[in-house]
Amino acid sequence: MSHILSIQQLGKTYASGFEALKNVDLDIRRGEIFALLGPNGAGKTTLISIVCGIVNASAGRVLADGHDIAREFRAAREKIGLVPQELLTDAFESVWATVSFSRGLFGKPRDDAHIEKVLRELSLWDKRHEKIMALSGGMKRRVMIAKALSHEPKILFLDEPTAGVDVELRRDMWAMVRRLRDDGVTIILTTHYIEEAEEMADRIGVIHKGELILVEEKAALMAKLGRKQLTLHLQQPLNEVPQGLNGYTLELADDGHALVYTFDTQTEQTGIGALLRRLNELGVDFKSLQSSESSLEDIFVNLVRSRS
Amino acid sequence: MAASPMHFNIHGVRAIYRFEMARWFRTLLSSIASPVISTSLYFVVFGAAIGSRMGDIGGVPYGAFIIPGLVMLTLLTESISNAAFGIFMPKWSGTIYEVLSAPVSTAEIVIGYVGAAATKSVLLGCLILATARVFVPYGIEHPLWMLAFLVLTAVSFSLFGFIIGIWAESWEKLQIVPLMIVTPLAFLGGSFYSIEMLPGIWREIALFNPVVYLISGFRWSFYGVSDVGVGMSLAMIGIFLALCLGGITWIFRSGYKIKR
Ligand SMILES: Nc1ncnc2c1ncn2[C@@H]1O[C@H](COP(=O)(O)OP(=O)(O)O)[C@@H](O)[C@H]1O
Ligand SMILES: [Mg+2]
Repeated sequence: MSHILSIQQLGKTYASGFEALKNVDLDIRRGEIFALLGPNGAGKTTLISIVCGIVNASAGRVLADGHDIAREFRAAREKIGLVPQELLTDAFESVWATVSFSRGLFGKPRDDAHIEKVLRELSLWDKRHEKIMALSGGMKRRVMIAKALSHEPKILFLDEPTAGVDVELRRDMWAMVRRLRDDGVTIILTTHYIEEAEEMADRIGVIHKGELILVEEKAALMAKLGRKQLTLHLQQPLNEVPQGLNGYTLELADDGHALVYTFDTQTEQTGIGALLRRLNELGVDFKSLQSSESSLEDIFVNLVRSRS
Repeated sequence: MAASPMHFNIHGVRAIYRFEMARWFRTLLSSIASPVISTSLYFVVFGAAIGSRMGDIGGVPYGAFIIPGLVMLTLLTESISNAAFGIFMPKWSGTIYEVLSAPVSTAEIVIGYVGAAATKSVLLGCLILATARVFVPYGIEHPLWMLAFLVLTAVSFSLFGFIIGIWAESWEKLQIVPLMIVTPLAFLGGSFYSIEMLPGIWREIALFNPVVYLISGFRWSFYGVSDVGVGMSLAMIGIFLALCLGGITWIFRSGYKIKR
């Protein structure tokens, strides 16, 4: 099966001399929801902008559905829809006019029925005659999504789709994304929230300082990343983990004054209840307990460290 | 079902063109009424009031003599400002991302934006000619040549305006070329007088002003009289057009100020 999007050795150095992307290789599977996860400034928007034709690559190449985005830009771009990170809309146009404009721009003949369907799905139908400047921020974002869907793209890019978005739009958007996926559209979204990637994606790629440091199935990645630790500060120090606690991932810390339990947030049963009961039975008393979760920051740091 | 590959994105060109025309009609009052009113004022002042005291120039009554020059004046300024604004605006607001990400070629983008700006200018030119008829009786000796000059000038200067719109990264820069260069050249280009009327050395200097050739050729299409040869006028427009086309090709090839 050929990939819907193939990014090969992509590099970008901005005019300022800043290297925003370093040798990025990434294949996107047809019909998947892919989350590009990374902190601010990692290069997510740069990557998307190159694929969409807004920024020129400095090195490498990109194939969209087999078409080189530079040499066969028409065939490549008509398959791609983009919802940028920032709210960028016209002011004086009506909702209907601006969405119809987008469809034409992408080379598609007029199709009022499709525009109506898109506007209805995004709860914009009642606002179709209103000028964009009269709309709220949330509504404007919906308009931008409608524009991106106006030409029935096969690949949809959502750049930080939920940043500053209200709960309702967020819910609508995820429902829409799932519906699009069911229709065979491939969706690539960027986010710096690990929860968001977790909620939506089939696969996750982690980008850090312009480097794609990892690409994995969500389940596998979450098992790796989504770990929590429970630290029990003991009344009496221990020399070793008691025999009766085999089967728990326990370690001693702080010269035996603390017992650290590592568990997986992905599983239904964390095993904490059973562990505490077992400790009670064994007579291990503790003063206090504290849980910690590996933050996205820790995860990046760990990933970067493990690579070098 | 595989769609046939696109060779020319006619829907895209049409979308840009319509968008630009809609913008114009939305601001009908300022975009159409104001050039018409200001040109009418010129006719009242120079044509009717002062013109009645002036003799004929090359056998043409002064009121009629200034018509081609005034139309050119409006054509130049409106073509430039319209095309410059048309591309500057999306660049400034950021909505240009959509055009850049669309399957439209450079040529198609230019045809859409410049085509719309030139259309507006030609329509305005015709409107001013019709308005002038109210104040001054005049005839057009070579109507087809007149139209050719009108269209060529509108297209050339819309291209020029488009380049300015891309080059400018601030509102000041957007205004500065039209204000500091084009308007003086246009005013000194012989709208209100014949180059023949200038004293000695000034006549030679005036011949370096490209607008002189435009106005002269345009006036010839009306009255059959001109300051410089008609062939020379056409050649000048041709050269200017070629320069602008070359400039735009270079801009898009290099991604100058459009893509990062
Ligand atoms: N036009 C530009 N010129 C120079 N540097 C830029 C430009 N655009 C973005 N950058 C830099 O490139 C890096 C990546 O930016 P970006 O792709 O927007 O990151 P993200 O979307 O992951 O937050 C940032 O450090 C940013 O400052
Ligand atoms: Mg970004």
